[in-house]
Amino acid sequence: MQITIAGEKKEVKDNITVAELIVLENVETPEYVTVTVNDDFIDSDKLSSTVLKAGDSVEFLYFMGGGSVERV
Amino acid sequence: MVSDLMIKLKKSDLEKIIDHAQNCLPNEACGLIAGIENNGVREIKEVYLLTNIDQSNEHFSLDPKEQLAAIKDMRSKGLTPLGNWHSHPESPSRPSDEDKRLAFDSKASYMILSLMERGKPVLNSFRITGKDPKTAEKEQLVIEE
Repeated sequence: MQITIAGEKKEVKDNITVAELIVLENVETPEYVTVTVNDDFIDSDKLSSTVLKAGDSVEFLYFMGGGSVERV
Repeated sequence: MVSDLMIKLKKSDLEKIIDHAQNCLPNEACGLIAGIENNGVREIKEVYLLTNIDQSNEHFSLDPKEQLAAIKDMRSKGLTPLGNWHSHPESPSRPSDEDKRLAFDSKASYMILSLMERGKPVLNSFRITGKDPKTAEKEQLVIEE
């Protein structure tokens, strides 16, 4: 089936889960990545149970943050 | 040693970043940058002002919903995400240990605006690469009229 990942159309197997897609796409440091499917934010404990369907649009958003104070 | 990495920013966008960061004081301000890249030279075409959901003067996190909206806006304009920017209200324009720890994209430009000296904002841009320890390389930042 065809889905859109970060704006690009790609073929993936039917009934792929978000967790499987994270592995397939070689997403680095997935613990710091938020996933959206059709603009809905997926809870981290639902990645394995969220099954994608044809036409879905997926985004991987890296956590972006920092701090100005040096941690000791 | 002068870095081969060059990034260009319009003066009006620099002023946009400074104004927003000053308006967010005493807290850190943050956002995203997007543009084009040719032969290793980056040109920022769009600066995004996002909410620091930490509302802190010593830490920032981008709002994921605003981040998603910005990414989609970049895509609609044919721009490439180039990195992010944030302010240091009371410390120099260089990545802290925490900035390095939370820098997960070795290809991104990390711009840091220091407001520690009132009336003299300082902006620098870095690439943060490696592991244990991560290192920061300063990019050549060119401000264009």
